[in-house]
Amino acid sequence: MERDKKSVWRSAIETGLIMGVVLLYLGVIGMFAAFQEREVIYEVVTLGQILIFFPALIGGWMAARRAQKSGAAPVIVMASALVAGAVTAVPTLIMLFINANIENVRDVLVNVNRDWVDMVTFDNRADLLTGTLALLGVLIVSAGVGGVLTLLPKKLRGALMFAGALVLLIGMFGETVRQILQQLVPRETLDTIYRRTSLRLTPAIILFVLGFVGSYFWEVRRNAVTRSYNAMPAPQRTVVQRIGLLIFLVALLALPWIVGRALSDIIVTVGIYVMMGLGLNIAIGLAGLLDLGYVTNYAVGAYVAAVLTSTGALGLTGGQMSFWVVIPIALIAAMITGFILALPILKMRGDYLAIATLGFGEIIGTLAISDWLRPVIGGAQGVLFIPKPNFFGTELVNPEQLYYIVLAACIVTLFVSIRLNNSRIGRTWMAVREDEDVAAAMGIDTARAKLLAFTVSAATGGVAGAIFAAKVGTVFPNSFTVFVSINVLSLIILGGMGSNPGIVLGAIALVGMPELLREFSEFRWLIYGALLIIMMLNRPEGLIPSKVRQRELAAENPPEPAPATSGVTQPAAGD
Amino acid sequence: MIERQTSMALLEVNNIHAYYGNIHALKGLTFHVEQGEIVTLIGSNGAGKTTTLRAITSLMHPREGTIMFEGKDITHTPANNLPAQGVAMVPEGRGVFAKLTVEENLEMGAYYRNDKDGIREDLEKAYDLFPRLRERRLQVAGTLSGGEQQMLATARALMARPRLLLLDEPSMGLAPVLVETVFDTIERINKEGMTVLLVEQNALLALEVAHRGYVLQTGEIVLADSAAALKQNPEVQKKYLGME
Ligand SMILES: Nc1ncnc2c1ncn2[C@@H]1O[C@H](COP(=O)(O)OP(=O)(O)OP(=O)(O)O)[C@@H](O)[C@H]1O
Ligand SMILES: [Mg+2]
Repeated sequence: MERDKKSVWRSAIETGLIMGVVLLYLGVIGMFAAFQEREVIYEVVTLGQILIFFPALIGGWMAARRAQKSGAAPVIVMASALVAGAVTAVPTLIMLFINANIENVRDVLVNVNRDWVDMVTFDNRADLLTGTLALLGVLIVSAGVGGVLTLLPKKLRGALMFAGALVLLIGMFGETVRQILQQLVPRETLDTIYRRTSLRLTPAIILFVLGFVGSYFWEVRRNAVTRSYNAMPAPQRTVVQRIGLLIFLVALLALPWIVGRALSDIIVTVGIYVMMGLGLNIAIGLAGLLDLGYVTNYAVGAYVAAVLTSTGALGLTGGQMSFWVVIPIALIAAMITGFILALPILKMRGDYLAIATLGFGEIIGTLAISDWLRPVIGGAQGVLFIPKPNFFGTELVNPEQLYYIVLAACIVTLFVSIRLNNSRIGRTWMAVREDEDVAAAMGIDTARAKLLAFTVSAATGGVAGAIFAAKVGTVFPNSFTVFVSINVLSLIILGGMGSNPGIVLGAIALVGMPELLREFSEFRWLIYGALLIIMMLNRPEGLIPSKVRQRELAAENPPEPAPATSGVTQPAAGD
Repeated sequence: MIERQTSMALLEVNNIHAYYGNIHALKGLTFHVEQGEIVTLIGSNGAGKTTTLRAITSLMHPREGTIMFEGKDITHTPANNLPAQGVAMVPEGRGVFAKLTVEENLEMGAYYRNDKDGIREDLEKAYDLFPRLRERRLQVAGTLSGGEQQMLATARALMARPRLLLLDEPSMGLAPVLVETVFDTIERINKEGMTVLLVEQNALLALEVAHRGYVLQTGEIVLADSAAALKQNPEVQKKYLGME
């Protein structure tokens, strides 16, 4: 018991120190100052202040969680959170002390300036003792909030966190949310909700209450809802599923007009990556072939589309060929490339395969920029004047319109990919992925299976490239670097290897997030990186792990026996 | 049974030499398996037992020598064509598809076959042979116990309707009670007409069920005899049966 207690305090202090370093770091790189004017809730709290509260809140939460897990009493849990909060202040206080006693700290740490001191002492620059107490107080209270959250019953905690996160996000991404709302509500109404990009207090409170009530209600009712859904007779269930699907489809169709031009543009890019993710997933997720040269297919598709449709000097048809004819050509061109490139590497496994494919990616980049192919694809100057797709006489110029092409392509890709996964060939790929030798001993022609995986996988990359060419209107070699391959691979891993919904979410997170984070100006990539790390730490299996993986987890913790309707597992709702 | 018969053996391995790079893993191996027999290959770690099975199933190619199955030369038949020829293997470490269910694993065993009804039938047979597997039809193979995985791997190999079953160390990592069960099953399958080539380190048990045995030592066969005779052989007793 005595030892246990000690370790609770120790871990609280450790957690506090780690968060304290984070707090100091955020200040020293100038984040507090950069966002001191950015009001998340008008005249109540700025983003800079939230950045000060947050490390302590997380620290308090983590310390409390650990204490709780070791079986400590609530008082101890709470106390450990408060201790963590107090300790969080230490690194920053040390820096304050150094700054007060040594001149020229600013020469090294440019952001340890007046603004910073003002922020961390809550405007008590002149009286550092008061400032110290203010900081300590604020951090302890923040950590206390984390501690209280830990102690609350699960449903209540979930609802509170949901409501808090909702208000925070709506406030933080004021600019984006405003853009969306602009399409829906008149300006005057908008101004009662937002003051420029800051949420006003009253709407914030309303939002919090609504979020809380909604989430709590859902938490309480969720089991009952799923139970009554499961109790429905099969035809009725199908009806519910159909209605759900219909609403979802309508929402998908209306999406670009709801979110406006800027976001539509991002969504189109996300969609292009979703397609590539689904394609690469066939090689990696299904067949287990670590392909690091996926950009090859993207480039082939883009250049084929470019030279076939361009109205410029490099255009082969003088702009006569339609986008719709080019799509299948790009698809086939990419498949042929995939097939040919797969031939020499069929015998390779694992890491060696990865390096070889990486090489292909590099080769295609070099070829694109080379003088040798310059007469055909323009070298560094690229291919210009690629016309927009023409849909029965309408030029699809805007991202809102191009969205539908991407949506259709994604749906087709998704459909094919699901069908493949559940087919005999999907099973074959799975066997090859798990153990090539055993697969061969089962009678599987592993070379053929791999060749097919590379070829099919390449197809969607080609289409994605063609759409990209039409969207941007120009194709340059520098769009086809190894980073495309890495991004596509990362979004698959982030989303959950082998999981189709995961890929969609992964693409949104990986490709969409940096765009949304523009709000954070120069700190965008820092936050992006931190968020990616947090996501992977929290969900090492990916955001939405694949069915197979879920099945494994389920088998490890067997659920209650299923109702005896049928022996086979029912597909989940809305899947 | 002991002496080489004049009629053609089901499996004939003639003087095969196999290499891993410079390592000469099989040095002129010659042996045969008759229709209806259980033949065991015993030998200590690294003797070349697994390599022999890999050579028979074309997962590696011997540099010299031939392998005949039912009178046909299968030395260079691609591995994936062998199930259709009638040779099935339960690989070392079982090699079940961890993420597929028991039933899906069994279906993979019948991969080359197209006769849906026959597959259904054999599935039922497999479940009759291993009732434990029927209970766990929908369980993911990776979560089966070691013994269950061994049953699954064996049942999966049988799904190919082979005429020769190759087993690589079925006793590996199993508790003694389970090992007994596994060997009982092997005997039962054999009684129903299956020819078995059994690779084992557990020589005692292997010689218990087998008709004949070969002792393999650093890639060479050093002894060949009936199982009963091998059990009595002082050298075998000392080296492989742990008797003094
Ligand atoms: N992939 C490989 N690369 C290099 N050497 C190998 C390889 N596989 C096996 N060997 C070597 O070939 C020899 C025979 O190995 P093999 O796996 O056939 O032994 P084994 O009799 O099956 O042993 P065990 O009872 O431990 O399974 C050993 O010396 C081994 O180190
Ligand atoms: Mg072995």
